[in-house]
Amino acid sequence: MIAAALTFAIACFSLGLVLTLWRLIKGPRHSDRILALDTMVINAIALLILLGIWLGTSIFFEVSLLFALVGFVSTVSYCRFLLRGDIIE
Amino acid sequence: MPFWAEITVTVFLVIAGVFGLVGSYGLLRLPDPMTRIHAPTKATTLGVGGVLIASMVYGFGATGELSTRELLITLFLFLTSPISALFIAKVHLHLRQKRESLPEPEPDTGWASYTAQGPSRGVRDIPPQPPSERVLPERSR
Repeated sequence: MIAAALTFAIACFSLGLVLTLWRLIKGPRHSDRILALDTMVINAIALLILLGIWLGTSIFFEVSLLFALVGFVSTVSYCRFLLRGDIIE
Repeated sequence: MPFWAEITVTVFLVIAGVFGLVGSYGLLRLPDPMTRIHAPTKATTLGVGGVLIASMVYGFGATGELSTRELLITLFLFLTSPISALFIAKVHLHLRQKRESLPEPEPDTGWASYTAQGPSRGVRDIPPQPPSERVLPERSR
């Protein structure tokens, strides 16, 4: 039962990753592309935790925490660059 | 693993999958950028939150001890997702909207995106207006 639900959740988040990739390619504005990248990071975090359940290890929590950190910093620095022309003033 | 743990993990995984898919689908389908910011919050809160709760319950059922590291990821995402949404909205306002098309804020404040000294040196896809026509509120710097 858990295996079926895991497969379903992994399929959903993978499809979500494809949809955000579509928005990333199509996205007419800079803000759409940044938002698509941010959502891709969210989907990747969910996929990593699901992979951790699937393989039965807990090493993926550290990986997903690092992913969340790097994703947040990259989103903010990209926005800062577009807003101010500089990341650290 | 006890039966209740299996049921809980399954329910949370299905909820998380559905909401993650809804968030990404909304990002693709909603019509304009400000509504698109709304969609991925579903994937952040209910999607990743559901996956993390499922992982906690699964770990508890498998080993018998409760791990709290998942809560750290949830806490971090809940703290940072409003900030990145604010920044993305500011980028949208800054690059696509003119100062005149926005409603007036409180009299002694300005829009934070426009109160800086002149336009940014970054990318700008609406050409900036000449400085004489721009009305900037006075700020002591």
